[in-house]
Amino acid sequence: MTAAALLSVRGVVKRFPGVTALGGVDFEVRAGEVHCLLGQNGAGKSTLIKVLSGAHRPDEGEIRWRGEVVEFGNPTAAMRSGVAAIYQELDLVSGLSVADNVFLGHELSKAGFTKRADARRRTRALLRRLGHPEISPDRDVGRLSVAHQQIVSMARALSLDGQLLIMDEPSAVLDPDEVRVLFGIIRELTAQGVAVIYISHRLAEIREIGDRVTVLKDGRTVATGLDAREVKTADLIALMTGRVLENVYPRRKPVDPAAPVVLQVRGLADEDRFREVDFTVHAGEVVGLAGLVGSGRSEILETVYGARKAAGGTVEVDGRRLRRGSVGAAVRAGMGLCPEERKSQGLLLDQAVYRNITVSSMSSFARFGFLDDRAERARAATLTESLDVRPAGVERVVRGLSGGNQQKVVLARWLLRECRVLLLDEPTRGVDVGARSEIYELIRALADSGVAVVVVSSDVEEVLGLADRVLVVREGRVVHDGPADEIDESRVLDLVMEGHAA
Amino acid sequence: MSEDTAAVPAQQVKSAPAKKESGISALLGSPAGRNTGLVVALVLLCLGGVVTAGDRFADVDNVLTILRLAAVIGVVSVGMTFVITGGGIDLSVGAIVALSSVWATTLATQGIANDSHWIVMVFTALLVGGACGLVNGALIAYGRVVAFIATLASLAAARGLAEIISNRKTQIVNVPGFTAFFDASVLGVPVLVVIFALVAAGGWVLLNRTTFGRRTFAVGGNPEAARLAGIDVRRHTVMLYTLLGLCCGLAAVMLIARTTTGSATHGGLYELDAIAAVVIGGTLLSGGRGTIAGTVFGVLIFTTLSNVFTLNNLSISAQAVAKGAIIVVAVLLQQRLARRSGA
Ligand SMILES: Nc1ncnc2c1ncn2[C@@H]1O[C@H](COP(=O)(O)OP(=O)(O)OP(=O)(O)O)[C@@H](O)[C@H]1O
Ligand SMILES: [Mg+2]
Repeated sequence: MTAAALLSVRGVVKRFPGVTALGGVDFEVRAGEVHCLLGQNGAGKSTLIKVLSGAHRPDEGEIRWRGEVVEFGNPTAAMRSGVAAIYQELDLVSGLSVADNVFLGHELSKAGFTKRADARRRTRALLRRLGHPEISPDRDVGRLSVAHQQIVSMARALSLDGQLLIMDEPSAVLDPDEVRVLFGIIRELTAQGVAVIYISHRLAEIREIGDRVTVLKDGRTVATGLDAREVKTADLIALMTGRVLENVYPRRKPVDPAAPVVLQVRGLADEDRFREVDFTVHAGEVVGLAGLVGSGRSEILETVYGARKAAGGTVEVDGRRLRRGSVGAAVRAGMGLCPEERKSQGLLLDQAVYRNITVSSMSSFARFGFLDDRAERARAATLTESLDVRPAGVERVVRGLSGGNQQKVVLARWLLRECRVLLLDEPTRGVDVGARSEIYELIRALADSGVAVVVVSSDVEEVLGLADRVLVVREGRVVHDGPADEIDESRVLDLVMEGHAA
Repeated sequence: MSEDTAAVPAQQVKSAPAKKESGISALLGSPAGRNTGLVVALVLLCLGGVVTAGDRFADVDNVLTILRLAAVIGVVSVGMTFVITGGGIDLSVGAIVALSSVWATTLATQGIANDSHWIVMVFTALLVGGACGLVNGALIAYGRVVAFIATLASLAAARGLAEIISNRKTQIVNVPGFTAFFDASVLGVPVLVVIFALVAAGGWVLLNRTTFGRRTFAVGGNPEAARLAGIDVRRHTVMLYTLLGLCCGLAAVMLIARTTTGSATHGGLYELDAIAAVVIGGTLLSGGRGTIAGTVFGVLIFTTLSNVFTLNNLSISAQAVAKGAIIVVAVLLQQRLARRSGA
């Protein structure tokens, strides 16, 4: 035990009704280090973060902060002691401005009056430091994109000037450029002696920024204090999952050149986000859309699906043109969209897992409008099992699942529905390595059965590994369209960033 | 390890009561548990009735009176359960009942009914109620008017129209077939009560066993997710309000039968009674969670309460105060439960 342990955690246990989320966690964080937490979906990482930051009370165990036993009864107490957290599920108050959110709970005030001008000025400085001077401190947070909301959360955490900064999957909604800025800030902070706890499912990031690694499995520490640069990837995966993973990406079959075109998009345009988007997807083909967050990828998918009204252009499925701006028409033509934001656009949080999964294919479980509950549950159970949703049980309410497991539920909905065209927007956001490869297998299997798949992802490696053909989108235009094996990661990144990296 | 042992007992002492609490809340949170609470409340009320009013309360005729009263508001409340579960609210139900009752008892309608068949009155009421619901739904779903405002406007308009049509006079029913049918009993159970039972059973099946019901939960729980999942949220919303409108039409028929009149003053404050019954039954006001069984209990609790108060010669005003208190307690309890399960 070094004297420099800023935070030490011993035997922490946290139970929820029916689940033991943490079953004995031990680890310690030193001042000035970046300590990474690794673990499968549902391993207990977010719960641990919430315990450390005072959002949850542990049922057992001891937390020492600067050598003294502490009990943070609430987040404010933790904040006062210098612990700041960025949660996985954004916790901003929509309706309030950016500046109000940044200083919520620790408002700058004088004699009871908030100092709004100061708050605005400091917010602007923080946003500039985070590389986003274009976000106005006066904007309503609810109107920002998820990526920008994440930036605001980070500004909020930075505004606390803490000794320990905890980040729960901050990079999940950021693009490579923004991750680089984030890492720059982390390095600045650690140089000043601030400790950082960093959670991510992307091993490459952990190697780049991490100093030491702690691995959680089923709520327990299975390894701690590993050197983030030395430890082997295979060892980490084995520690996390308890099994050895050969290939993350499934083998591609060459697409039959005679396969019919299923999805044809011509000259699609939006008022301002994108224009002249043309592409085709053949039966059995997986097309990947790469691009920065905010480059218009999600908007393109939503417009193809009819959830946004196009200003021009056409979408055809199997040669039949779809009515513009009608989700109903798209669904009837066999299209499905797995949306980008699982919470606001995907999940029915208070309902059972199986109901979330079958909501888009209810009619196939119904006779004269009456549902066959048992069949629904059985189908959902097979799917959740192959996706390894934990804890198992299709009757569970989705709200109690970890972030990655919630994502699997949304995805399962679309894997269940027999689509002609499947549009997937960030299908593996927050999903661990093991389950990710399972998802890739399923997507590939769907394609092999003749489905046309379009995948949007910020993870360039994923696009290249999964797709047959890659489209690069920049500022609302398709700037590249070609086979995935004729392009590499750095070329895609160059295309994506061109003219952007000013 | 040795230093840990000192800290652990102190922690355990703290966590013990918390665990017990979560056990109770888990029980209350389960569907069976929530209804247990309502059953207990109803039983206590009945005990109160027996103690204070004795045989006047525990009398077959009195029980039938309670049920007949509960039947009318009950049918409205079942419909209201659908709308609230689907994320909406309807303040115009009382006014729709009034308008339907008036329209179904005009001299013209009664004339046609006497010439052909009394069922004409029933259809008229259903048609008027359904049309009002359709208008509400269309305003809300396609006109994008907030439900609260849209139905507040309908409340005023429908009652106004009822007054114009009836010329503010009570219309007496003089259609023998109609009265005879609804005054009858099936195996000792009044027809009105049978209708309520059928509507409640049908409502339960519709909400829990059909795609329509499942969509209602989805639309109320997360409309954007429902839309992207391929559900036509706007059409579904219109159907929900129309369903409630039809329920109001049916309630109007039952009210006409019970009072043998149609009047612009019928259905006063039904919106409050129905919403209150739905909410104390355990349906979430914010949508996405709803229970027909809870609503039925909610209706029975309110009606029994009124009956006990009346038997004890307590004023209507005192009843209103008691109702208010019950609603507050129910909502507080519900928030507690929601927070627990959501934390
Ligand atoms: N509020 C809650 N109620 C019930 N169970 C919960 C709750 N929060 C978390 N859990 C359970 O605790 C366990 C750990 O969840 P946690 O969110 O900490 O996982 P995680 O490691 O962060 O996973 P991910 O990588 O998917 O984000 C899971 O089994 C989850 O279902
Ligand atoms: Mg998590």
